[in-house]
Amino acid sequence: MSLLEIKDLQVRVDDREILHGLSLTVNEGEIHAIMGPNGSGKSTLSHVIAGKPGYEVTGGEILFRGEDLLEMDPDERAAKGVFLAFQYPVEIPGVVTMNFLRTAYNAQRKARGESELMAPEFLKKVREVAKRLGIPQDMLKRGVNVGFSGGEKKRNEILQMALFEPSLCILDEMDSGLDIDALRIAADGVNALRSPGRAMVVITHYQRLLNYIIPDVVHVMSKGRVVKSGGKELALELEASGYAQFDEAALTAA
Amino acid sequence: MAAVQETVDRVRQIDVDQYRYGFETLIESEKAPKGLSEDTVRFISTKKNEPAWMLEWRLEAYRRWLTMAEPTWARVNYPKIDYQDIYYYAAPKPKKALTSVDEIDPEILKTYEKLGIPLREVVILEGVEPPPGGEPSASRKIAVDAVFDSVSVATTFKEELRKAGVIFMPISEAIREHPEIVKKYLGSVVPTSDNFFATLNAAVFSDGSFVYVPPGVRCPMELSTYFRINERNTGQFERTLIIADKGSYVSYLEGCTAPQRDENQLHAAVVELVALDDAEIKYSTVQNWYPGNSEGLGGIYNFVTKRGDCRGVNSKISWTQVETGSAITWKYPSCILRGDNSRGEFYSIAISNGHQQVDSGTKMLHLGKNTTSRIISKGIAAGVSQNTYRGLVTAHRKATGARNYTACDSLLIGDKCGAHTVPYVEAKNSSALFEHEATTSKISEDVLFYCTQRGLSQEEAVGLVVNGFVKDVLQQLPMEFAVEAQKLISISLEGSVG
Ligand SMILES: Nc1ncnc2c1ncn2[C@@H]1O[C@H](COP(=O)(O)OP(=O)(O)O)[C@@H](O)[C@H]1O
Ligand SMILES: [Mg+2]
Repeated sequence: MSLLEIKDLQVRVDDREILHGLSLTVNEGEIHAIMGPNGSGKSTLSHVIAGKPGYEVTGGEILFRGEDLLEMDPDERAAKGVFLAFQYPVEIPGVVTMNFLRTAYNAQRKARGESELMAPEFLKKVREVAKRLGIPQDMLKRGVNVGFSGGEKKRNEILQMALFEPSLCILDEMDSGLDIDALRIAADGVNALRSPGRAMVVITHYQRLLNYIIPDVVHVMSKGRVVKSGGKELALELEASGYAQFDEAALTAA
Repeated sequence: MAAVQETVDRVRQIDVDQYRYGFETLIESEKAPKGLSEDTVRFISTKKNEPAWMLEWRLEAYRRWLTMAEPTWARVNYPKIDYQDIYYYAAPKPKKALTSVDEIDPEILKTYEKLGIPLREVVILEGVEPPPGGEPSASRKIAVDAVFDSVSVATTFKEELRKAGVIFMPISEAIREHPEIVKKYLGSVVPTSDNFFATLNAAVFSDGSFVYVPPGVRCPMELSTYFRINERNTGQFERTLIIADKGSYVSYLEGCTAPQRDENQLHAAVVELVALDDAEIKYSTVQNWYPGNSEGLGGIYNFVTKRGDCRGVNSKISWTQVETGSAITWKYPSCILRGDNSRGEFYSIAISNGHQQVDSGTKMLHLGKNTTSRIISKGIAAGVSQNTYRGLVTAHRKATGARNYTACDSLLIGDKCGAHTVPYVEAKNSSALFEHEATTSKISEDVLFYCTQRGLSQEEAVGLVVNGFVKDVLQQLPMEFAVEAQKLISISLEGSVG
């Protein structure tokens, strides 16, 4: 059984169809890249997988280990192992990052029927992971993402990904707003989490990120559909020739 | 908008089930005849064995009240109150005079047990988390005065306080035992003519707490009063008077609950604080009167007058309030900064949910030189509630060097509620420096989704955001109560999403 199976997914927002029958299959341990121009529906896809309210699924299905994901609340999906690293992580003033992490971590464990981790144990765990990612301790004492730089916000996302140990990670434009050094740190963090039991879907506009996170499969999205899939060389091909050819492909397919 | 919509829907479902303190205690009680007249006032005074001067004081207030009109300036709406349809005095019927806690009607003891309030002299050990980095509290003592309907039923740790020279007793007893102090200070901060509800209180108050801390004494424990309205159709009019003599310090906390009933009940309290030279009073409130049901039926009308007088130089009065209950709250704990270098503080969390209406804030009246004040107000509105901050900061002509800092933040949950900020500022001298900041925010769809994506339920997400929002104020509460207040806040909003 595949980890994630999306079949002919059709999604509307405000009565406008954004995804017009998208299919995608991801197996355990695989890294998939989804590339496509702005507005092609990449973020929409990531939101629908994670369960953001406000999207109307009018057709198709999403199965996660064979279970109907669309029936679950976002927090249930999280507890099952679906993780979305946001393109623009929100700020939550007054909520100390460490406290947020622990509350979320224990909420997931509780939902899975596991025992909650006590504060000292958890603190130790977070400090270890933070150190590996080069996250300063004082960042953990600040409000969630409040006053964080773009790079710090992304690292905070990866920190959570490392802590929660999800089986499916969706990274939405992880490279946006990062300079080359910040990008490298973030990519190293992600690469350290590659494992046979974990799949990743790396969404990006630019090929650049894929120099650091090498995918197994590359999909090209255009106008709400996957219009081409291939190996990692497809990314380079795209870099050279641009997205325009696929827009036409999408048009003829429509 | 879906998640917010969902939140709003769940907010609408808030109902009496969410109010944990809505039970009724079945005991026999003794009431004054219904309605208000000179006879009612005399009845209360007689019941309390009051001296003649006290009766005169009450009657004067009553006559004055007859000439006054109910205020209408607050942003609250309620049907006209029939003041003749209320009982002004209800007391648990004592079998005989009480001499110790053990003689209290077991039903009342049970009530306080259910409320989690220790009436026996126990040292609170459980449920207390030390502050981050702080020492775990080995043995914190809290002296409790419990007021059931109109009368005080128990005061704990009296003996130990007496040794320190602190007087902590029901005000009805203080009127008999310490008339010289009571006479000197009662009505000196909130005069009997102050406002409609305060004047009513002066005429009919039946009990409340009295505290006197002698010069140079730091009160050895937290003082606390728990108010409980039990009787039907009964108003509660308690009166609290706290005097901190020169160089003394006291921290005092009041908590309030009531059974759930379909009728509205009137609560018109008066609190007067006096801080003499170099004295400090910290007054905290956790108010959780019954707020009414999901249709807006029932609930307490909480119309109270609280004022502190920083009468001496270098004195300080600090109000902290966590207001989660009541159908209507009309309340402005204020400071008169009379002594030079005196300081007033107001820290407030006011939560309104369902059909609740809150009009609350403070007044900081700068009269002395180099007086300072600080106002931190956090309003949270959910459901179809209305939440107003109303504040007044003034500097007298002679109050040179007066300083005020005000920050009012409002948080909206859903889009059927309202938050309003009405600040008045008046400086009569040019050296006054008043700063005001205000923000209004919403718990956004994006924040909720972020939290739920990380495994929190909607309800936990709202709780987390709210706790972050109110943190600055919660930190002002005595430690034991901060934990309690935090729970209360999540409970009062639990209904909002769960
Ligand atoms: N909440 C929304 N309301 C209306 N249109 C939306 C909304 N979110 C996305 N869209 C539209 O859906 C299309 C796909 O957007 P998006 O998924 O953000 O693309 P990408 O991430 O590939 O840039 C765009 O045309 C965008 O304008
Ligand atoms: Mg996008």
